[in-house]
Amino acid sequence: MSAALFIAQRATAVVLAFAVTFHLATIIYAVRGGLTAAEVLGRTRGNGWFLALYAVFVLAVAIHSPIGLRTIAREWTPWRGRSLDFALAGLSALLVAMGLAAALALYLP
Amino acid sequence: MIPASRRQPGFLAALLHRLTGLALAVFLPLHFLALATALRGADALDRFLAITANPLVKLAELALVVALALHLALGLRVLAVEFLPLRERTATAVSLALAAAGAAGLAFLLNVR
Repeated sequence: MSAALFIAQRATAVVLAFAVTFHLATIIYAVRGGLTAAEVLGRTRGNGWFLALYAVFVLAVAIHSPIGLRTIAREWTPWRGRSLDFALAGLSALLVAMGLAAALALYLP
Repeated sequence: MIPASRRQPGFLAALLHRLTGLALAVFLPLHFLALATALRGADALDRFLAITANPLVKLAELALVVALALHLALGLRVLAVEFLPLRERTATAVSLALAAAGAAGLAFLLNVR
């Protein structure tokens, strides 16, 4: 792994360590008594803190996940080189778009 | 016969880290798509959430919570090994990671309905 990818992977890991801990606690709290849209949206709609935290979470995971997949692909498959890097850069952009759309869907009234 | 190099706790840690990461990477786009149904209103999200009543879906949720907790714990191990001046005992770290993931799964099971 290049130095830039290594640093990006470890830096996003630090961000994700906090975000995932919070996310796990939220999941375990949120499933009490069953998940309902009203309950979920009651926490997220118009909540700027929710949007800010999850925007950071989405950006970190959109960097972290493709770099991890790149490592796995290069270790376990013969796929490497520019085609792999382009595919994973595309995946990263897709994750940013889909993740921010999901966060906005829960935030917007 | 499993070769000796693969019977080390460090190999198990690396393997579990990759497998949980792969599972989470496959799940992530589906998670985003599901949440985006909220754009069509609370009813659309509720209709989607109805599938979580299925026991198989509950089992998949449990597996994802455990995978997320395990990936987190194994990631903290990597950060500690690389950036903290610790002499790591890999077997202990892997056991702690598995225990943390088990605890998260148990907390989920005790709360989910």
